[in-house]
Amino acid sequence: MIRSLVRDTPSIPWFLGILAAFCLGVTLLSEATGTGALSTSFVKTLGKTLCLCLVAIAMDVVWGYCGILSLGHMAFFGLGGYAIGMWLMYARTEIIVAESLASATIPPTPQEVEDAIATQIFGVVGSNEFPWLWAFADSFVLQLAMVVLVPGLLALVFGWLAFRSRVTGVYLSILTQAMTLALSLYLFQNDSGLRGNNGLSGLQNLPGLGAVPQSVVSITFFWASALALAAGYLLFAWVVSGKMGSVIRGIRDDEARVRFLGYHVEGFKLFVFTLTAIVAGLAGALYYPQAGIINPAEIAPIASIYLAVWVAIGGRGRLYGAAIGAAFVSLLSSWFTGGGAPDIDLGIYEIRWTDWWLVLLGLSFVLVTLYAPKGIGGLVDLIAERRAPRRTGDVGPDAGALRKTEAAE
Amino acid sequence: MTEAVLDRPAPGDKTAGGDAAPRRRDRRATLLELSGVSVSFDGFRAINNLSFQIGEPELRAVIGPNGAGKTTFMDIVTGKTRPDTGRVTWGERNVSLLKMSESRIAREGIGRKFQKPTVFEAQTVRENLAMALRNPRGPLDVLLHRKSAAGARRIEEVAHEIGLAEHLPRIAGELSHGQKQWLEIGMLLAQDPRLLLVDEPAAGMTPAEREHTTDLLKRLAERHAVVVVEHDMEFVRRLDCKVTVLHEGSVLAEGSLDHVTANPQVIEVYLGR
Repeated sequence: MIRSLVRDTPSIPWFLGILAAFCLGVTLLSEATGTGALSTSFVKTLGKTLCLCLVAIAMDVVWGYCGILSLGHMAFFGLGGYAIGMWLMYARTEIIVAESLASATIPPTPQEVEDAIATQIFGVVGSNEFPWLWAFADSFVLQLAMVVLVPGLLALVFGWLAFRSRVTGVYLSILTQAMTLALSLYLFQNDSGLRGNNGLSGLQNLPGLGAVPQSVVSITFFWASALALAAGYLLFAWVVSGKMGSVIRGIRDDEARVRFLGYHVEGFKLFVFTLTAIVAGLAGALYYPQAGIINPAEIAPIASIYLAVWVAIGGRGRLYGAAIGAAFVSLLSSWFTGGGAPDIDLGIYEIRWTDWWLVLLGLSFVLVTLYAPKGIGGLVDLIAERRAPRRTGDVGPDAGALRKTEAAE
Repeated sequence: MTEAVLDRPAPGDKTAGGDAAPRRRDRRATLLELSGVSVSFDGFRAINNLSFQIGEPELRAVIGPNGAGKTTFMDIVTGKTRPDTGRVTWGERNVSLLKMSESRIAREGIGRKFQKPTVFEAQTVRENLAMALRNPRGPLDVLLHRKSAAGARRIEEVAHEIGLAEHLPRIAGELSHGQKQWLEIGMLLAQDPRLLLVDEPAAGMTPAEREHTTDLLKRLAERHAVVVVEHDMEFVRRLDCKVTVLHEGSVLAEGSLDHVTANPQVIEVYLGR
């Protein structure tokens, strides 16, 4: 099976090889395990970038392969982050509270401990009780299950309702965006049970591992993210190769025709939507402990739009393209907005990249869409073509649709 | 259409006799039945009290001027359009097709070839055929599907039949119009349906290809029910089968081609304007 998978997806050994080399390089240069040339915060940035690559691959499967332009996958990503963040926050606060209460003359009752934790966590939103949402927050295993279950169930229910009504195209995008917006607005409320716009914080401090330096934590999470990315790449390469891939791409190009072949299109869409939502949730659960903080702004529709932009710039319809796009654009973005890029003084006006970066990003998105629909990933074709001319032609998501319109004329 | 017409044995069935057994077989052979079906779009009656029956096996040509409702008829059978009134029943147990989804109807064994060739242009000829191949259709079945030698053999067979054996690894979008027509016919073959609805199969084909198509359809009709919608009278004549003439959404005449072309109403509809 592995042999046929590699035959169908020749990018697998390349992708995994480059990822492994990259990991090795970062390990040798990190503070904890190497020379220390890379700061702990930069290792965290790289680890986060790998998580973004993973969610971008999921987005590519749902959009580039299945043709569903979802503007909700960063919401699933955020929900995964919230799910793990609840446990991280609870467990760490529990340790702090236990320490402070240990000095009391009368040993505290379990109820007192819980109240103290609740006051610690929810004092900021003027509450001292645990909302029902936090029922499982004390259990790592259950919250880990929530990382999968919450995005998965939300995607399943939402997708079932949307696909069953045959909502497609731009209307479906608007619907997913509405879902994302509703979710973030709900979370912004102080009584939502997730600390409103404060979000969850201190997630980088792993409970019980206070003695472990952040440099070690960062490289560990970096490796975990890399492993998750590798596993996600293999999983999605398997899904989009073979017959499943054929049906999924068929749905993208001509949904009605697939239906008349006897495939229950809605079931396939639901499968892809839910699977990618679960992977997005897992990616979020790895991302936010590295970011240290999550708040509802992370779930806002703009995050999902960025995700679509990454995938478009990287190249839709090819998994490595999405990963390249996410890594390239998000790293470039933090370089520009972090003041890394030198400002350009035009004499009459000074271009400050912190202000102008979004304009540049928007412009490149438009240019890529118009003039290089294959994105950065298209460069790989140029190299591959030079080595061995392609005999199969190039009919991807865009050219295929173009040919269809041409044929219709 | 009357019972008497229907009870006549289907072409190719030479066992017609007076005893009870063949009659039972005939009755069982009714595969699809539409009765009193009407559908309007924005007040326009596309199909008006249409009744239609086809047995298995049988070859039937449906002709009619533009706007007679030929395509809408196919849309109703395949579940794309829901009729306002009427019944559509299928198979031995006379199940209604009206409550089934398009994909369910296709799985029941109704295959359709569209007027305009609609193949998956971004995929190879082999992938197109493999997708049509008769296999379990659920998402999990498809995900866990392993390519089998039998499946590959079947694809080779079909590709050979449609003259695309050398083109299996090619992207379907690169094929010529005629080859796409063939590929779609091939997908229909691979699907192995009980009822084939074929919309203008010969459009854009060379005379030699048309002949091949007629042969193929006649051969298919030995075991399956085949409905061919066609404009080209010469093509219909070569099919040598019972003809149903549609006009303004209902059946105008039915019988052999000579019989219907002698019908004054049919002459008026075809030549009177």
